Amino acid sequence: MSIDTSRVADSNTTNAATPKKPAKAGAVANWADERLGLGSMMKKNLRKVFPDHWSFMLGEIALWSFVVLLLTGVFLTLFFDPSMAEIDYQGSYDPLRGVEMSRSMASTLDISFDVRGGLLMRQMHHWAAMIFIASMMIHMMRVYFTGAFRKPRELNWVIGCLLLLLGTLEGFTGYSLPDDLLSGTGVRAADGFLKATPVVGSYMSFFLFGGEFPGDSIIPRLYTIHILLIPGLLLGLIAAHMLLLVYHKHTQWPGPGRTEENVVGFPMLPVYAAKAGGFFFIVFGATAVMGGLLTINPVWKFGPYDPTKVTAGSQPDWYMGWPDGLLRIIPGWETTLFGEPISWNIMLPILIVPPLMLTVLILLPFIEAWITGDKREHHLLERPRNAPTRTAVMVSLMTFYGLAWAAGGNDIIAIKLDLSINQITYFMRGAVFIGPAIAFYITRRWCISLQRHDEGKLLHGYETGIIMRSAEGGYSERHLPISEAEAYTLTARDREVPWTPTATTDENGVAAPGGRLDGIRSKLSTLMYADNIQKPTAAELEEAHHHAEHEHALTAALDGHSADGHQFDGHHAVEGETLRGEDH
Amino acid sequence: MSIKPDDHTTGSSELEKVSEPIADPGLPAHTWRPTDVDERLAKRAERQVAGLFGLSAVFTILFFVSYFAFKVGDNWNVSGGLGSSTVALGLTLGLALLCIGIGIIQWARKLMADHEIVEMRHPARSSDEDREVTVAALNTGLEESGIGRRPLIRNSLFGAIGVVALAPIVLLRDLGPTPSQVEDEEEGKGLEHTIWKANVRVVRDVVGTPIRAADLQVGDLVNAVPDGLFDLEGVDLQVQKAKAPVIVVRMEPDEITPGRGREDWSVEGIVCYSKICSHVGCPISLYERTTHHVLCPCHQSTFDLADSARVVFGPAARPLPQLPLAVDAEGFLVAQSDFTEPVGPSYWGRGA
Repeated sequence: MSIDTSRVADSNTTNAATPKKPAKAGAVANWADERLGLGSMMKKNLRKVFPDHWSFMLGEIALWSFVVLLLTGVFLTLFFDPSMAEIDYQGSYDPLRGVEMSRSMASTLDISFDVRGGLLMRQMHHWAAMIFIASMMIHMMRVYFTGAFRKPRELNWVIGCLLLLLGTLEGFTGYSLPDDLLSGTGVRAADGFLKATPVVGSYMSFFLFGGEFPGDSIIPRLYTIHILLIPGLLLGLIAAHMLLLVYHKHTQWPGPGRTEENVVGFPMLPVYAAKAGGFFFIVFGATAVMGGLLTINPVWKFGPYDPTKVTAGSQPDWYMGWPDGLLRIIPGWETTLFGEPISWNIMLPILIVPPLMLTVLILLPFIEAWITGDKREHHLLERPRNAPTRTAVMVSLMTFYGLAWAAGGNDIIAIKLDLSINQITYFMRGAVFIGPAIAFYITRRWCISLQRHDEGKLLHGYETGIIMRSAEGGYSERHLPISEAEAYTLTARDREVPWTPTATTDENGVAAPGGRLDGIRSKLSTLMYADNIQKPTAAELEEAHHHAEHEHALTAALDGHSADGHQFDGHHAVEGETLRGEDH
Repeated sequence: MSIKPDDHTTGSSELEKVSEPIADPGLPAHTWRPTDVDERLAKRAERQVAGLFGLSAVFTILFFVSYFAFKVGDNWNVSGGLGSSTVALGLTLGLALLCIGIGIIQWARKLMADHEIVEMRHPARSSDEDREVTVAALNTGLEESGIGRRPLIRNSLFGAIGVVALAPIVLLRDLGPTPSQVEDEEEGKGLEHTIWKANVRVVRDVVGTPIRAADLQVGDLVNAVPDGLFDLEGVDLQVQKAKAPVIVVRMEPDEITPGRGREDWSVEGIVCYSKICSHVGCPISLYERTTHHVLCPCHQSTFDLADSARVVFGPAARPLPQLPLAVDAEGFLVAQSDFTEPVGPSYWGRGA
């Protein structure tokens, strides 16, 4: 399978190379290699190892749905007319025939009703966009919860955050293109957001819309941004994301034989290529089935955009929902500066908090590395429970996101659950602050409890469910040791040591520079680790097992055999096991 | 324990290995799959994979058949409202793709070698030698360019690039006019004006008929626009539609708490407010006649129309602008003037 490169050198001598009738594939490979040097490039990568775990598939969903977006998007551009010129619709959709609308709306209707496969492509495109953003988010959470963002992968985390931002903007510019009533309402709100920017707001609005809202420039401009600018940036960043993934080699879960120094898994050719390639078809196929069976964004039901009209229940696509939720629950704060309004009621939920959240997200790896003082490379993943504070931070952020998102549907919640919209809004105003704090506390303690459970399994074995009665009449549950592989996997993690400043004062007793910051850092580090359960030392383990052996002696009757009902539980050899009742 | 994470830069240290409570048992032995040891099962898997690929081709043919058999347009409301063409194309295409995907993965799982292999990792950083060579090359290059020795060249280059980088920003200037450039009070252009003027009739939206004060009953709400709106076309029409629409409501005159200086802005309990929300500009439409509250469906700002459209709930900061009403000689509602403040969302420059 390796490409013969010996003739490359030959061809550089004075005598022409004289290959002996190479096979056809060989000839093609030779032709390409002599021009591209593929042989040395592919030498390493054809059998590159990728570890296997279901959670590593989440990023793949994002990648493949992006490919689906490119393919279906190209089809849509062939028929879509991004013009705001008003025409009289005369297409196949009866209820709107004769209605004045922009050419972009009319061509969207044409794609839906007069181009075969057009509605399928539109719906696949929209579904793929939803899957793209959702899978990016879930992939990001996977990376965070397992600590895969740690050195040397921080920059790939940053790229991932930018991809999420760009994906969201791409979604907004995309669903605004049909110029229907729902998306037009969103564009109208976007105009309000721009205008809320201090000093330059009205100028930004006039420049974007080419004059007063709505003008006739916004759809063609969003179109250029949607099909050229952002996809170009996305492609570049995705390429960088993948290159870094290949360069760093994928992280892996710890386990027997899987260490920080190696990577264990299947080679790219054939298994990983087949699985990933096959998965592309599955994502593509699932999107096609969704596009065929699940109506999404039926713009014909909304009608064309008209600035005088709106429908109840107007909402952006779900990934824009959380800033919209904040926009709904914020009190009507407006202050005055130099006699001009400062609209906190728009700036806070739209122009300040979302960029702030993104900044926090981007900084998370750097904040954690600073607090822990950890400068090592990490290639083994951590279970969420083994990083309680980290896990709690993300759950806290997720809770904020979820509550803000729910607030974005406060009208729907009020209608469906027959509640007062005012009370939901008042509740949410408090909940977005209190909820994340509660979530942080519960998650952190929950993780530590799970750590205790793991420690118990290591020291005392797993719970068999067998209740033993001692000679004195006491009852206890029988524990049996876990397998060596499981025990090793449980202990294959770092022992955490809170960061301590090396020297707070120099030899003359003068505080070293950065002393106060060091103090904060040290406190944060202690807070982060203080309550965690560290894995037992070899001595502790020995002691616990010794203790257990003593206990076993009391219950020796079962040794070598498992209790009834536990013969075939996967923890014991099957040979020679019978149900106890039969031979006693 | 006294291990400092700072003590080492890559991988786990020797120290930590010593303290591991349980030694690495090493990779578990490879176990054979049924298809590895039983040729019949392998053959069966092979047939399954080939069968799925064949099935995929069948679905693709059905996809082509659906493309030509079902007409779009005629059938958009059949097949559960989804359209036969869309349903058939989506299902056949989806199944054709899924069969390929499932087939390939079945092939990988059952028949391809499943030996896990081990590759060693290397630190992401370059080796010290590489770093030295790179730094040396970089220094040589910079030295040879003389960029350090000739600051005049360096600074003037940076200056030139800095200035030329402004060019694209300047080029964007013509994206649109400034607010003051479009301002025209006579034509109702600009953020502070609409086509409302003194004696412009209030006409019903869509139909454009004038409204006689006597025709409105207490509790009625009418969506209205200025007379002459429908004579506009294209952008001018859209721009006015985005700021001129109003809601006209009639309530008992004694229920109205007129704003200061607004005592004569209503006509027999009929008041008129901008329909454009002062928050981010949605058209407001949900009216509750008993409370005189009107609710914006976008972000739930609620305004009290009996009290100068004061904000009673929600994120809006300012009341809806009120249009002063009067009645003309024929008994139709007319405006006394344009709005006295800008319509729609707040912006820097509108004044507080």
